[in-house]
Amino acid sequence: MIGELGHFALALGCVLAVIQAVVPLYGAQRRDVLLMRAAPALAFGQLIALAGAAGALVWASVVSDFSVANVAENSHSLKPLLYRITGTWGNHEGSILLWALILAVCGAAVGAFGGNLPTALRARVIGVLGFTSCGFLLFALLESNPFLRVWPPPVDGQGMNPLLQDPGLAFHPPILYSGYVGFAVPFAFAVAALIEGRIDAAWGRWVRPWALTAWCFLTCGIALGSWWAYYEVGWGGYWFWDPVENASLMPWLTGTALVHSAIVVEKREALKVWTVLLAIGTFAFSLSGTFMVRSGILNSVHSFANDPARGVFILGLLALVIGSSLVLFALRARHLASGGVFAPISREGALVLNNILLCSICAVVVTGTMYPLFAELVLGAKLSVGAPFFNATVLPLVIPLVAAMSIGPVLSWKRANLGAALMRLWYAALVALCVGLFAAWGWGALPALAFAGSAWLIIGALAELIERTRLLRVPFAEFLDRVAGLRRAAFGTALAHAGLGVTIAGIAGMSLASNAVVALQPGQSTHLAGYDWTLISLTDAPGPNYQSRVATISLSRDHLPIAILAPERHFFPLQNQTVSDVAIRTNGFRDLYAVLGEERDGAAVLRLHYNPLAPWIWLGALIMAGGGALSLSDRRLRLGAPAARKAPAGAAAAQ
Amino acid sequence: MSRLLLVLLLLAAGPALAISDPREALPDPAQEQRAEALGSQLRCLVCQNESIEDSGADLARDLRGIVRQRIAAGDSDAQVIAWMTSRYGEFVRLRPHFDASTALLWASPVLALLLAGALVLRRRGAAPPPPLSAHEQQELDRLMREDV
Repeated sequence: MIGELGHFALALGCVLAVIQAVVPLYGAQRRDVLLMRAAPALAFGQLIALAGAAGALVWASVVSDFSVANVAENSHSLKPLLYRITGTWGNHEGSILLWALILAVCGAAVGAFGGNLPTALRARVIGVLGFTSCGFLLFALLESNPFLRVWPPPVDGQGMNPLLQDPGLAFHPPILYSGYVGFAVPFAFAVAALIEGRIDAAWGRWVRPWALTAWCFLTCGIALGSWWAYYEVGWGGYWFWDPVENASLMPWLTGTALVHSAIVVEKREALKVWTVLLAIGTFAFSLSGTFMVRSGILNSVHSFANDPARGVFILGLLALVIGSSLVLFALRARHLASGGVFAPISREGALVLNNILLCSICAVVVTGTMYPLFAELVLGAKLSVGAPFFNATVLPLVIPLVAAMSIGPVLSWKRANLGAALMRLWYAALVALCVGLFAAWGWGALPALAFAGSAWLIIGALAELIERTRLLRVPFAEFLDRVAGLRRAAFGTALAHAGLGVTIAGIAGMSLASNAVVALQPGQSTHLAGYDWTLISLTDAPGPNYQSRVATISLSRDHLPIAILAPERHFFPLQNQTVSDVAIRTNGFRDLYAVLGEERDGAAVLRLHYNPLAPWIWLGALIMAGGGALSLSDRRLRLGAPAARKAPAGAAAAQ
Repeated sequence: MSRLLLVLLLLAAGPALAISDPREALPDPAQEQRAEALGSQLRCLVCQNESIEDSGADLARDLRGIVRQRIAAGDSDAQVIAWMTSRYGEFVRLRPHFDASTALLWASPVLALLLAGALVLRRRGAAPPPPLSAHEQQELDRLMREDV
């Protein structure tokens, strides 16, 4: 019964999405206020319907209703409650439902927080979101319905991929999807602006918080995925340039460019056409990311549930959404007058450089990811493009990006003096140089370059704040006043840029990691990175839905005990699959990391890693997202452009 | 057919533990380092997207062994790669060879930068946009004032 209610709610959501796509857009075209005002209510209605559908699916999974095919295929009565709940989006059908639910949340959020938008713009934005929702809900109903029944119901479910039974991965999809789907809002704003044929500074101010929110979620989502690969999969790496990872990196790169170019639209009314294109492109990459993961068109270790029929439907949807918005762009873009002239050396110029480099990196990632497919279809050549290619081609583009990142924020708008700006950063440059030389002396050229870049970003971000608050150059009381008066967005920028510095330091640290594969009998020990690793015991332990083998390793340094590591191997009898449970001990500056492998003649094969600065990779991403969130809390962004609505009345009075 | 079966079996088994046997490593640390660097550029052919150094598949272990044998026998890095490509084709290289079929791939960073640069230059050369109407300018000034 719950299943049918969920199915009905899904169909109701689809119907509401169709109305949401048609009525507000028609109303905005006809200037019918009544129809335009219906938009938020429709968006709320769609959200309620889809929340009901998602709730029904979670319920079916929690009570283990195996007459629902989706639950029977992906759940099991012995599965812990947490994974019964989170497992609903750990499979194809459920993840599409989650995608549609988040899209509905976005629509409702525009309805709820868009009170300061002009009525027509709000109606159009919600209408475009409804149009996108329709596509996904039709897909859910026709091709991947999570509520289909099986009869007779199986006695028990088939269980869930053990690799996915992990708290980190449980919350990875909602956060990542919030990022992907969140970019639907800037996309809808861009399409609405193209329909209206006008973009102004206020548009930039409205779009930026939405883009920034999506960007924060996407940053966290990518970081969480990378962290999961690090600690759960047990490869000891954190980024593999895998197609699925690349698919999430593409919208992040263009989304980062979008967050920056929207500033130029807001402040200087320049780069308008480009910003619209970026908004469309970012959502296109989000959609194609889903397509790549779902269709199995690219080889990947991360994807689950591949199905060509579904791929074709998503490809059609993709072509429709991207194609129609690009056609609209081609027709209307020239009507968007651009303003704001600026010199090459200026804040705008720096942001253009940021956009050029980010989009070039994105182009390289796209080319590298799609090239094997292209080569096979067009050239008939079968080849691979892997991590060595991406490392070699992305790095030369990242270096100028990092170099410019600290300079950009200290340049003034319109026309700036590069020499003066560099003078303000002299100590950042000095610290970077010292760090670089020190690192070069110890570890070689590439880590040195990375550590120098990291120092340049972190100190450069500080320098920007010091510059704005005139620390030590004005009396302390005035400095405090300036700190209090500084916009939170300025702190946000500094924090986000420093966050990238922290991530780069982590990556540099990881390039100095050492590891060893050893076979140890209980009682034997080995030496790695200055630590003595002693295998104390090998024991069996029961788990909720697996059997566990635990190795207890004691770590000591100069005979002083440091830590006990207990890596485990989990055997899931249901799937006949073994998954390693990595043991990690961190102190914030280095990770001690142990994986238990097979056992041979009483000896356990252990892979031991010493990973300097590893946690900084994800800490930096968190700081970046924190910077974005701080920017969001800036009063100006929160309030949007408050007076814009009153403007027509004032203008009418003036005439 | 048997190869296909092998692939299917490996896929059904899911990601194997990417852990190797300590006996695989070469006794000379410098040679072992070379072997690891080479191995991370070679694809495990039955895996989704892993190098032979990362993969726990049997084939990856065999290939790791071959790389180490060749290095111990005194082959140069280029000779090992050539040996691998002669048997498994270009597909085995994670860092594709530069030739006519991959020129576009390797040129992508430069092409992207050139394209972006051309766009910027064209934009700068374009005629200045029509000025704002007096009303629009007034509106804008007011918005900008609120900004401060």
